[in-house]
Amino acid sequence: MVNLEIKIHELAFKNPVLTASGTCGFGEEIADFIDLSLLGGLVVKGTTLKHREGNAYPRMAETPSGMLNAVGLQNKGVDNFIRNIYPNIKDLDTHIIVNVNGSTIDEYVELTERINELDKVPAIELNISCPNVKEGGMAFGISCPSAEAVVRAVRKVYDKTLIVKLSPNVTNIADIAKAVESQGADSVSLINTLLGMAVNAETKKPVLSTITGGLSGPAIKPIALRMVWQVYNAVKIPVIGMGGIMNATDAIEFMIAGASAVQVGTAIFIDPTIPLHIIDGIKSYMERHKIQSVNEIIGSLQC
Amino acid sequence: MKKTVNDFLLLENKQLNKDNFQLLLQSPLPISDIYPGQFINVEIKEASEIFLRRPFSILDVDYQEQTISLLVKILGRGSKKLTEAHAGQTINAIFPLGKSFTLPDKSDRILLIGGGSGVAPMLFLAKICGLDPANVSVLIGARSASDHIDVSSYRNYGQFYFATEDGSLGEKGYVTNHPVFSDQLDKFNKIYTCGPDLMMKAIGKTALEKDIFCEVSLENMMACGFGVCLCCVEDTKTGHKCVCTDGPVFNVNDLKW
Ligand SMILES: Cc1cc2nc3c(=O)[nH]c(=O)nc-3n(C[C@H](O)[C@H](O)[C@H](O)COP(=O)(O)OP(=O)(O)OC[C@H]3O[C@@H](n4cnc5c(N)ncnc54)[C@H](O)[C@@H]3O)c2cc1C
Ligand SMILES: Cc1cc2nc3c(=O)[nH]c(=O)nc-3n(C[C@H](O)[C@H](O)[C@H](O)COP(=O)(O)O)c2cc1C
Ligand code: FES
Repeated sequence: MVNLEIKIHELAFKNPVLTASGTCGFGEEIADFIDLSLLGGLVVKGTTLKHREGNAYPRMAETPSGMLNAVGLQNKGVDNFIRNIYPNIKDLDTHIIVNVNGSTIDEYVELTERINELDKVPAIELNISCPNVKEGGMAFGISCPSAEAVVRAVRKVYDKTLIVKLSPNVTNIADIAKAVESQGADSVSLINTLLGMAVNAETKKPVLSTITGGLSGPAIKPIALRMVWQVYNAVKIPVIGMGGIMNATDAIEFMIAGASAVQVGTAIFIDPTIPLHIIDGIKSYMERHKIQSVNEIIGSLQC
Repeated sequence: MKKTVNDFLLLENKQLNKDNFQLLLQSPLPISDIYPGQFINVEIKEASEIFLRRPFSILDVDYQEQTISLLVKILGRGSKKLTEAHAGQTINAIFPLGKSFTLPDKSDRILLIGGGSGVAPMLFLAKICGLDPANVSVLIGARSASDHIDVSSYRNYGQFYFATEDGSLGEKGYVTNHPVFSDQLDKFNKIYTCGPDLMMKAIGKTALEKDIFCEVSLENMMACGFGVCLCCVEDTKTGHKCVCTDGPVFNVNDLKW
């Protein structure tokens, strides 16, 4: 029997495969397809203090080996999450992680305090990297002082596992990772989407209502891998890798580059059963390579 | 029935006219309770520029044979590739998706209006609505006679009317210029429609003015088709709604048309 258990800070996960925020809803939407309790964890849709309608349609453009989105954190707000969603998912036998968003530091703190009251949410993923909102979001994640300021403020009110989600839209992601580590982040997850754009040549108009949007899918995988490797070498806290993971081999590559766990995002749109195929694929890779614990894979890159 | 991701067997791929094909797919699992307006999200294999699945409405279903039919109109690369598939091939698909039209009551007199590939759910609805054919009218619009698909096998389910932009079949003009719509709308108490946006908007506006029940099936661009990406939203009177899970069928009263 291979051992798939990994730890992020003090939190143990039954396996290293999580579903990424904004790509698995609140879990319920994909429950027809997969047994959610088989997942290492489920990072729910980006949540904000207040209800958000998100950006106008069109919000999506298919691109070579990927897609652009400009959803803009559409969600019904934290009260709705606590009242109507949390009760349905809290007893799932997997870790529910809430993706926390704000347009000011105070909003991040207030939202974190609300989530902190929920016993069955053992971790938050602080999203300082959403490229699709006008205020806050990525603005916090692209400079060291602002990233430090949010993490410092949130850390003061939150004792459970604090994961900070980083933006790839920076010159040096390792610097940002070090900055959030210095303020007490327990882990970093990366990458969020890359800022991109699509143009309709016939109409000379942008495809997305917001002109620019976030690129995801296999198109971004080499960039994501490079960034995971850079961050892994720069910090001591565990790294959670994502960006274009479509199969077990992709996931294993991220772990070899330094990821302790991975998140599966856009692949779910193509096939919501992919996360489970990835778990199975990691198992058979380990058997084939006579690896007992998945931890042996983490950062095993031989240069 | 539960949504699943499965390999369907393509039993038949029949070219109906220049751009329209009818695909017959066999499900590996039993099928139950499929209604007009629901759709399937199909993987397009071996097409290098295509990343996402493509959604198609259900045209017909045979529970005994575990088959569904689709009407695929060539629009771009994905639909083209799909129409090149051969019988015997497997096609991976997510099914069933979306909510259906509200089925009419026994006493209803309904008008079904289809444009382009939007005729698929209209024909399905005509077939299963269970009304006296005298109370079912189906109005179909296309550019020209050669773009119309043969609907003779549906003649028993209602009265059919046609409109073409060039006048080569039925009335010349858009469906909204057809007398069934422009003069005789009072005969109906429910309108159902699927087709190009502009067509549905024109129909929807008239239905709102005349206060006639009207449901439309939207075709917003989708990434997932099952409610997780929030890309397919329509701006309704009660906020952004997912076309793939809250729809694709909406009552015009709920839309900001
Ligand atoms: C719920 C639903 C049901 C549908 N039912 C049917 C059906 O029964 N039969 C059928 O033939 N088609 C149907 N469609 C439309 C079908 O999904 C598109 O024609 C197909 O996705 C086009 O893919 P493509 O790769 O051929 O085109 P692409 O190469 O992706 O695009 C070609 C052009 O068409 C535009 N386009 C692509 N998809 C759409 C869309 N959904 N709405 C508006 N413009 C679009 C693109 O912007 C582009 O300009 C349905 C769509 C939805 C959402
Ligand atoms: C439609 C869509 C919505 C997303 N919403 C969120 C979100 O709410 N919060 C967040 O932190 N990341 C969000 N993301 C980013 C993903 O979680 C992930 O970081 C990114 O897509 C890269 O991984 P992938 O290529 O596997 O999708 C979203 C991505 C997509 C495609
Ligand atoms: S297409 Fe993804 S939510 Fe509708």
